[in-house]
Amino acid sequence: MLHRLFDFISSLKLTIICLSVAIVLVFMGTLAQQNLDAFYAQKKYFNTLFVWWTPPGKSFPVPWFPGGYLIGGVLLVNLLAAHAVRFKLSWKKTGIILAHAGIIMLLVGGLYTAAWSGDTRMTIAQGGTTNYAESFKEFELAVIDKSAPGSDTVVAIPESFLSKKEAVSNPALPFTVKPLEYFPNARMSMRPPGAPAQLADKGMGVRIDAVQVPLTTKPEEENYPAAFVQLATSSGPVGTWLLWAAPFGESLPPQQVMVDGKTFELQLRLKRFYKPYQIHLNHLTHEIYAGTDIPKNFASQIHLSDPERSENRDVLIYMNHPLRYHGETFYQYQTLGTDDKFSVFEVVKNASWWLPYVSCGMVGLGLLFQFGMHLLNFAKRRLA
Amino acid sequence: MKKWLPPVIAALALAWLAAGFHVPASKTAFDTNGFGGLPVLANGRIKPFDTVARTSLLILRSKESVEDESGHPLTPEQWLLDVLMRPVQADTYKVFLITNPDVLGLLDKNQSAGKYYSFKEIEPFLREIDNQSKAANDVPKNERGLFQQEILKLNERIVLYTHLSNSIHSDESAGFTDELTAFHIAMEKGAAAFRNKTDGREFSQDDLQALANFYKYYQSIAEVAYIRPVPREAQQDWKTIGDSMLATMQSGTVEPAVLAYATMTDAWHRQDAPAFNKALTDYRQYLGQNFPQFLKKPGFEFRFNQYEPFYKCIILYVFIFVLAFLSWLCWPETFGRSAFWLLMITFLLHTAGLLARMWLQGRPPVTNLYSSAIFIGWAACLLCIVLESIYRDGIGSLTAATMGFITLIIAHHLSFEGDTMEMLRAVLDTNFWLATHVVAVTLGYASTFLAGFLAIIYVVRGLFTPTLDKATAKALNNMVYGIICFATLFSFVGTVLGGIWADQSWGRFWGFDPKENGALIIVLWNALILHARWGGYVRERGLMLMAIFGNVVTSFSWFGVNMLGAGLHSYGFMDGAYLWLLFFDANNVLLICVGLVPLRHWPSFQNAPGRLPATPPPLP
Repeated sequence: MLHRLFDFISSLKLTIICLSVAIVLVFMGTLAQQNLDAFYAQKKYFNTLFVWWTPPGKSFPVPWFPGGYLIGGVLLVNLLAAHAVRFKLSWKKTGIILAHAGIIMLLVGGLYTAAWSGDTRMTIAQGGTTNYAESFKEFELAVIDKSAPGSDTVVAIPESFLSKKEAVSNPALPFTVKPLEYFPNARMSMRPPGAPAQLADKGMGVRIDAVQVPLTTKPEEENYPAAFVQLATSSGPVGTWLLWAAPFGESLPPQQVMVDGKTFELQLRLKRFYKPYQIHLNHLTHEIYAGTDIPKNFASQIHLSDPERSENRDVLIYMNHPLRYHGETFYQYQTLGTDDKFSVFEVVKNASWWLPYVSCGMVGLGLLFQFGMHLLNFAKRRLA
Repeated sequence: MKKWLPPVIAALALAWLAAGFHVPASKTAFDTNGFGGLPVLANGRIKPFDTVARTSLLILRSKESVEDESGHPLTPEQWLLDVLMRPVQADTYKVFLITNPDVLGLLDKNQSAGKYYSFKEIEPFLREIDNQSKAANDVPKNERGLFQQEILKLNERIVLYTHLSNSIHSDESAGFTDELTAFHIAMEKGAAAFRNKTDGREFSQDDLQALANFYKYYQSIAEVAYIRPVPREAQQDWKTIGDSMLATMQSGTVEPAVLAYATMTDAWHRQDAPAFNKALTDYRQYLGQNFPQFLKKPGFEFRFNQYEPFYKCIILYVFIFVLAFLSWLCWPETFGRSAFWLLMITFLLHTAGLLARMWLQGRPPVTNLYSSAIFIGWAACLLCIVLESIYRDGIGSLTAATMGFITLIIAHHLSFEGDTMEMLRAVLDTNFWLATHVVAVTLGYASTFLAGFLAIIYVVRGLFTPTLDKATAKALNNMVYGIICFATLFSFVGTVLGGIWADQSWGRFWGFDPKENGALIIVLWNALILHARWGGYVRERGLMLMAIFGNVVTSFSWFGVNMLGAGLHSYGFMDGAYLWLLFFDANNVLLICVGLVPLRHWPSFQNAPGRLPATPPPLP
């Protein structure tokens, strides 16, 4: 029984099943992107063990198709098993073995990347300086202690605490933060006269209502969450605020609270990742071809200053020429604002970025060798 | 006769191709050819007026030919000269292709009134068209209805036409040279009035106003101009007539290029051929002395456009198809060789066309969908020549002819989108990756298609004729297998190189973007075919049917994903070819279905027990 199972695991039949199922999955994942943002399509079809589906009228989803992780994983096991059982080292098979070893590396690298790499963005205004990158889709509640001159103390509360409505206390804060309500996607509206107030009794929520809207997964649409948060000290509640991760939230006036003589700012914003270095945007260029609106080049001239590593230099980042620094890579992503006031970089952490280079070489050489031998044999037979 | 046929056919073809080098003289007394070769900056690229004329006509009416209001054919140059220099005349030519009944209804026309309409006929409805297209623009791209798509298309054409006709001289009430004189006077008077005004003396408000009017006028034509004919040292800096005139306000002198265009405009308006030709010759001389670097490529491009190498290829591919087909009916040796010789000649012409485009653009062969079609045809043709020189059975020639013909027809239809040598968006602006990733992936497309077309020959000949003998079947089997190996190698390497490029420019190796997925499906499908064959799950016929499905897979990757309109890669957006894609795929699926008919019912395999396909080869 075990023997037969192992035979199956290492069989060509399983390879063929995996390849067929993979084709169907990739096809579905492609069609889905008509209405689904690439980020969600990837999550739903590829970076998952199963593709889930909720039957109408049911509240729980059922797996109905293998996802990218499962197919990739099975293919990997199948390849390794086949290598262990069937492949015998002979120079005639060098090509096949090399090619398959390359595929194994690609699969391992792919699974590793999907699990461990991070993707954030950094937005800098012309002439501005930044020391953090932001998540594309995740949010946090930041409580900022502005009392110390020169530097701020930030306590960041992840989205998961907000949606679970878990109270948070922190030694840096003289109060607890208790989320009362969390809307993953919301819009603001002025409260009509005479309408009952929502939960907030301080800040902008005194006059403005939060309206929950459905989460969007469509391409080029964003979610803007909102939260009602109550602050309380040992002597009782300080008040409840309505916070909203507004588009271009930086431009809204911050909501402040004074506790124990210290001023704190409350902000619901995209999750930030602070860096031990700073980037200053000296200059941003956005060239177009004369007489067209076709972009010719985007380029950012930045100044990198890292006191820890004594790095202090100008860098030019442009299309196809990223900056690789401190385990991360900075790509020119887009420009924003009228007159291109902001430069946006995609900041990617991917320790296995070099794997595809190696595996591409291995598979290419392996196939070339193998098919070259076919061709030679064929030519010999025809000449004979 | 038999012996002489191949060289005679080859000689005829060569003579026809040689005759094409002769550019027919302009039909009128005007040196319109000379005008067609003049350099101008349009869509970010220096090109001859001839290209501007042809691409504009293709965008407007999907044809390079056009007639005047009384039905006399015009060359693209004559048409463009009228649009630029005699717009009132040009407005009566039927250049707008409108077929959608709803759009026609909006213009108060019914379908029996024809397909082509003049600007004059459309003019009364401009406001309505503008309103309708504004409304259509508010609807997300994927959700637009047919009428909305068509009205937007018409609106784009109207914009192109009006911009083009306001590029050189838009006010027809006065001649261009008279206008320049009036402008000179207005400048002097205006400057005097301005000095008086600043010095606190009495000044003429009318003189100031006259100058201000000129300023407004030139600013407006600078804004709408479609082309930039005034040369500068750097390609990026070429100016519109309006910009140049605005600069004249500062410098006081009209540029020689503007003067030349003014003289040509007036001469064309009066239909004064000697004056037009003289101004043209003088201007060419001026360019030769001051901007010689801009004369070479546009001149060559003009010749290239006139020669129409790919159009000639299409015709030759038809002859190759006929000859190769005849070789299966009678005189296999004679017709087979004739087809092959003609194929070699056509391939050389196809190659020359490809190289010419590469030189003009200064780019590797594939930069957009149009050039990918040209390249796929070329690569398939090359592989077919290799196959044909090995097997000499007409299959290679016939397949080359079919694929060459189809890909060039596709390319022709893609040229309706505009300039086929458009500038490359920032992220694509890298010759290294265009030369490696794009070429490898496109070779993958070409070879997967080739395997599919060879397999179609197997099914069609085997199932519908008794001509597929054992040797031919075996030969096809070997060809398809070999080509699929080739396809696997190139599509894999190409796809991974694409990932590496993406890693360099977007920061991720793989993002499951539609175009990436399309390429991945081709790799997976080819790998699946090879493994199924090695495992003995499919034999000769199974291999063929799977190879035919490769056509469906590749057409999805090549065109289908562009129609999804999603993802970073969809620069080459297109919307018309959807039905053709479905038609192509449906036919391939149909062939697969009929191919599933048991072999004993295939005429080629009936009553011939010895003809059943051999067992598959051992695992490599």
